[in-house]
Amino acid sequence: MNHELPRAAAAPVPVLRLGDVLLITLQGDLHDGTAEQLQRDIAESIVRSRVTGVVIDISGVEIIDSYLGRVLAEIAAGSRLLAARTVVAGMRPAVAITLVELGLTLPGLRTALSTEAALELLAEPADRPHREPR
Amino acid sequence: MPEHHTTARNTENPVPTQEVGAFLGRRREQLAQRWADEPLFRAVFTVSRDEAVEAGRAVADALAQVAGSGRVEDTDSPGFTPVREQLTRMAASRGRAGLTAAQISREVDALRRPAVDLLVADLPQASSEHVRECATTLTALMGTLRLVVMETSLTEGQALIDRQQVQLLEVATPVIRLWDGIVGVPLIGTLDSARSQVVMETLLESVVDQQARFAILDITGVPTVDSLVAQHLMKTVAAVRLMGAECVVSGIRPAIAQTIVHLGLDLPVVTRSSLADALAYALHRLGADIVSVTPGGAGTR
Repeated sequence: MNHELPRAAAAPVPVLRLGDVLLITLQGDLHDGTAEQLQRDIAESIVRSRVTGVVIDISGVEIIDSYLGRVLAEIAAGSRLLAARTVVAGMRPAVAITLVELGLTLPGLRTALSTEAALELLAEPADRPHREPR
Repeated sequence: MPEHHTTARNTENPVPTQEVGAFLGRRREQLAQRWADEPLFRAVFTVSRDEAVEAGRAVADALAQVAGSGRVEDTDSPGFTPVREQLTRMAASRGRAGLTAAQISREVDALRRPAVDLLVADLPQASSEHVRECATTLTALMGTLRLVVMETSLTEGQALIDRQQVQLLEVATPVIRLWDGIVGVPLIGTLDSARSQVVMETLLESVVDQQARFAILDITGVPTVDSLVAQHLMKTVAAVRLMGAECVVSGIRPAIAQTIVHLGLDLPVVTRSSLADALAYALHRLGADIVSVTPGGAGTR
């Protein structure tokens, strides 16, 4: 469809379903076109398979620009409308520093250290408020 | 050689810079000997006089080359390059001996007198006008030497300060593993951009290494918190959160708490008054509570 970007169009990001959770692993540079495609794929998968959680593993991503940062926030916001919680897992230190320096603190985004921690986070009851100690 | 110059002077006076250059080359040995007796060389080269004379020769050669190139007032003249390092060492050695910059400068200036005396004695047949011009040129040249010494020693000092600043950054930010999944950084001293950057980097690295769910920033050692420091803190907190860990700020002293409130700063982060409280909070969130074994204790923090 995007004939000037044949490679990007040819390699969509796989969206895996693990029980009630969708697992997406991003690797290397993510093309703008691929990011948009991914956003659509996730929304469709949530509706089709009725999952309640989305885990995006970005441990293999070395650069996140403002565009990709916004895409991540939009995926989270979109999933929330479809009653699924999104967790971004495994952000690298350099990426976190860059995002903070850009002023993109992504307040609506849940994060976890690793995919495992993200799955644990999603296993907790959804609406349970943090037990604040006295 | 001298005959050649005499004949040259009789027809027309050579350019003063060329004359001074030739003089420095001709009287190199005598100059080096006299300079070796000056306080600057005597104090630096304490081991042997030969060493001082050798250093004096090198300086005389460099000056001769600078005068020959005609750029007597240019501190960047390539003629100085060979002796720059030696001059730096000499100035540094005097500095270590407790001399101020002004005193070192005066010691370098003391080299001028013997040189000018020697020059005047070397030109007995020249017109007084020419001698005066040559002496002025030599004085200018020695002034430039003085500048070069001060410049190189200042650059050296700046480099030392830079090195120490980097060392300080490394020393001042230890990340401590407090418990399984809990790391802490005791921040000491004022937080500026460079330091907060280093703190952020080391903290994030250790969050990954230790797979830490909680990071405690202890600011007991931070003397004041203004809006800039608060901003640095918030940046670190935001970066830690993006990594998937949670940040707790501890060690806010009563006075600092009041300052923050007076400034109207917003710290949207979990805070605890002491590191112990922060650790208790983190442990609680990890599912481990600290309880008093004696009945009637205070419960969880």
